Amino acid sequence: MRSAGQVSVLGQDPASGGEAWRARLGIVLQSWRDHGKWKVRELLAHLGEYYVPYSTARDPRPWDPDELVATVGLTEHANKKVGQLSGGQRRRLDVAIGIVGRPELLFLDEPTVGFDPEARREFHDLVHRLADGDHTTILLTTHDLDEAEKLADRILILAGGKVIANGSPDELTRQMSGEAEIRWTRDGQRFVHTSTESTRYVRELFQQYGDKIGDLEVRRASLEDTYMAMVQQFETGQTSGTAATFAEAAR
Amino acid sequence: MARSSPNIILLVVMLFMRGAKVPGLNFSLGATVLPSVLGMGIAFGGMLTLAQYLMVEREDGTLLRAKAIPNGMTGYLVGKIVLASGWTLLGLLLQLIPGLIFFNQVGVNGVGGWLVLVAVIVVGLVATLPLGAILGSLFSNPRNMGLVMFPIMGLIGVSGIFYPITQLPVWLQWIGQIFPIYWLGLGMRSALLPGQLAAVEIGHSWRQPETLGMLLLWAVIGLVVAPMVLRRMARRESGSSVAARREKAMQRVG
Repeated sequence: MRSAGQVSVLGQDPASGGEAWRARLGIVLQSWRDHGKWKVRELLAHLGEYYVPYSTARDPRPWDPDELVATVGLTEHANKKVGQLSGGQRRRLDVAIGIVGRPELLFLDEPTVGFDPEARREFHDLVHRLADGDHTTILLTTHDLDEAEKLADRILILAGGKVIANGSPDELTRQMSGEAEIRWTRDGQRFVHTSTESTRYVRELFQQYGDKIGDLEVRRASLEDTYMAMVQQFETGQTSGTAATFAEAAR
Repeated sequence: MARSSPNIILLVVMLFMRGAKVPGLNFSLGATVLPSVLGMGIAFGGMLTLAQYLMVEREDGTLLRAKAIPNGMTGYLVGKIVLASGWTLLGLLLQLIPGLIFFNQVGVNGVGGWLVLVAVIVVGLVATLPLGAILGSLFSNPRNMGLVMFPIMGLIGVSGIFYPITQLPVWLQWIGQIFPIYWLGLGMRSALLPGQLAAVEIGHSWRQPETLGMLLLWAVIGLVVAPMVLRRMARRESGSSVAARREKAMQRVG
């Protein structure tokens, strides 16, 4: 149930979407605690059964439970009870449940909150594999801008309930600040220059000094810089404060 | 086992009540309470077990999970109905079997008695399970279970479970007769007690057609209302509502 506005998911309003429509979606929310007494593989096999009637030639549903357990790296925990999994394992199981029906559209809501770096990297690999392998569109929300930059093909930034930016990570940084920072050393001295025409500036630099230039570094603004700049711009341009700002990344 | 312990406690209480007599008759009060309690057990099992599952599993996200899966809600409900019925039957047997052994005045009255017994159990579950689904959908917080328990406890008091209903003021008898708990108790008594005991019932009769009629009426009401209430509950279930409830629960613990 939406609070306002219009929504269309896979061409249908979620409020009136039927079971066949539901079968094409996968949803992974934050911290699910259900089905604690089930075993990992059992639960995946059971939930997969629900998707059998919606199997098509293009999308054979459901995903084979053993294959799926391996895909999310839970093979050695396949016979463990769900309640005994660690936070990271549990989240990978949640993803497995989300994709058991081979969805065309997968929602991931802040999937890596509370992960240690290793679990985070494993999770990112998993998302990459899903996005590359199947024709699955993944929509994930995150506060972690590095994550968004790493995973997303297209990023939407929301601030105060409005989309304030929309594009690939590269486009966003370009659009926001065409400026890049150029650092180099010459005769043992460090130089820093900011330019919107960094390529031309560097060429001129070499024309002028040739081999004397060392330690050259051209750095575009990171997504985080861009984000901060955008949110700041948005907030100054608007009188009411923005209580909640977050980035939404779509892949 | 924890789920069945109230049944065992009740059984022990009834054993101590063996000495007490039904007013006006030379018959053990404990023996008349046993069938009534069996009837009450069906009402409890049907209503409270399902209601409790719905409340608790709405909070931990099981229902939301079911909602995200095609036909998941139907599957979930069928599973819970089977589970609640199973627990109810198990509790019933745990009282009925020792009861038949300890109270020699209690017995199934032939083939007819068995038929009545099975009919009361089946129709009773069909009448009370939808009510449980309705209760479970209306109260979203498992800690509000007390609000549900309280009126039900009151109803038990006026439903002639532990003492013949004819000893109550007439207006209370009428209230008791509206709800299925009384009829379940009466149905069980008619299946398990000797015919002479009908003397202490309203109208000096087991009123079996009325019992069937009232239970079926409740079943129809429940089966009409429950899907509407369940649909409304399922529609309102969302990630943010589960998160909000969890937040609230954490605050209470911390």
